Amino acid sequence: MNYSIALKTLIIKEVFRFIRIWPQTLLPPAITTALYFLIFGKLIGDRIGTINGASYMDYIVPGIILMSVISHSYANVVSSFYSTKFQRNIEELLVAPVPNWVILGGYVSGGIIRGLLVGLVVALISLLFADIAVKNMLVTLSIVLLTATVFALAGFINAVLAESFDDISIIPNFVLTPLSYLGGVFYSVEMLPDIWQTVSRGNPILYMINAFRYGLIGVTDVNIQLAYLITGGFIGVLTLFSLFLLHKGIGIKN
Amino acid sequence: MNALSIRNLRKTYNNGFEALKGINLNVEEGDFFALLGPNGAGKSTAIGIISSLVNESSGSVSIFGHDLKTDRARAKSCLGLVPQEVNFNQFDTVKSIVINQAGYYGLPRKLALQRTEYCLKQMDLWDKRDTVSRRLSGGMKRRVMIARAMVHAPKLLILDEPTAGVDIEIRRAMWKMMETVNQQGTTIILTTHYLEEAESLCRNIAIIDQGLIVENSDMASLLARLHVDHFVLDLAEPLGQVPVLAGYQIEGVTDKVLNVAVPKEMGLNQLFSQLSALNIKVISLKNKSNRLEQLFMDLVESKPAGTE
Repeated sequence: MNYSIALKTLIIKEVFRFIRIWPQTLLPPAITTALYFLIFGKLIGDRIGTINGASYMDYIVPGIILMSVISHSYANVVSSFYSTKFQRNIEELLVAPVPNWVILGGYVSGGIIRGLLVGLVVALISLLFADIAVKNMLVTLSIVLLTATVFALAGFINAVLAESFDDISIIPNFVLTPLSYLGGVFYSVEMLPDIWQTVSRGNPILYMINAFRYGLIGVTDVNIQLAYLITGGFIGVLTLFSLFLLHKGIGIKN
Repeated sequence: MNALSIRNLRKTYNNGFEALKGINLNVEEGDFFALLGPNGAGKSTAIGIISSLVNESSGSVSIFGHDLKTDRARAKSCLGLVPQEVNFNQFDTVKSIVINQAGYYGLPRKLALQRTEYCLKQMDLWDKRDTVSRRLSGGMKRRVMIARAMVHAPKLLILDEPTAGVDIEIRRAMWKMMETVNQQGTTIILTTHYLEEAESLCRNIAIIDQGLIVENSDMASLLARLHVDHFVLDLAEPLGQVPVLAGYQIEGVTDKVLNVAVPKEMGLNQLFSQLSALNIKVISLKNKSNRLEQLFMDLVESKPAGTE
């Protein structure tokens, strides 16, 4: 059985899905982040000065790009897979000889591709406001890819376990957005009191944002190796948990 | 070879409901097989397990000799499913629904395109290939599901109430299509509430009730078990009272319509002789009910204890 054809079919279907509805998937982040750059970076940032030697605008660009990648890779998988479950077209995959890793790989790839495309759109918008020369291309590309993978996997798990449309909005609204904002998008954790620095270091998004910031502008609050370890660890755990859910048929089979 | 073999299949849902209580069933290659039963009998659970949509509690299923647990990919490759309810993405076009399914079965792009064209033409949907599926009529949506199920040329096709809610013209066209597919060598398992459909199309039958198979035989010998036929007679003149005929049970529906139970050993000739003797003229007669329907009701209402 040639599973690569099934995987390719699923990925193409997922990519066409979000491209077909580009005014809902690709346009809003462009507008939102342009406003972020204008208001926080330009109008307020000019009065803040520099953080760790970088202008405020340069400092927030990596965080805003990665925040967009995180929310869109998550949103793509959670909405697509939950709709597939809700409309029962998941049965098309369950009936066919498609192994669980292909189902997971197809949906997660769709999420990663959307996350990266949104990241690219936001990066292009940022060029209108900041003049960023990438300091370390390998770190930049690998961290953005790994981060998109983590949140595409998390979105998949959310969709599998969700029983209503409310369930797919709880995590993005009450967990993902607060963790992203508190993950050092707009500030350095070193600006916080000691106790809050310690609390912040329990937030995995802090490591991803700082590693990405290191790749783009060479500034970080965290150890880069630790950032890779945490991100890779999350990918491993979330992948195994997703495959376990699919194997047991939890949320998708009776 | 058996197209489908089910051994001691059991399913108990999380709420404790025992949907299948250990069923055994064989469907031979090339057969046109009816799986019947009242609502909630366990048909959909059985089909769900065969098509990997429901996890079994115990027992085994093999499709063309491939065990669904140990040789899953090969078993699934032999199977096509037309579900009871529309389950494709209603925002996708007809062509993309079918061609994506071909991709899930591992068909290379060129072959997938050829098979999609063939199946859509067979279902008379080729002209609708670029139509978004939510704009199709109910009958067309069912035909899309049949084309989708056939795109990988399955050896076993399960049709779960394929003609439910479609008009008689489409239903008859679908019967013709199913017969053609079966004649081309595909084994078909059909579930339906239209027993006339099962009687005219299927060669073998299993009746499931309360999670047990209460009947499993060929259609001809099952129908031969009927001892009484029921007929409706339309009379030329109204009758003052229901006539009494020796050997026949008669019930008046109106003053010009009679229901007559005709034992097989008596036949219709004697009935007409007695009616003629009473100077009762019959304009027309018809079967009161479908023969299989009568047997089905007898079997389901008697609720035998056996499993096969």
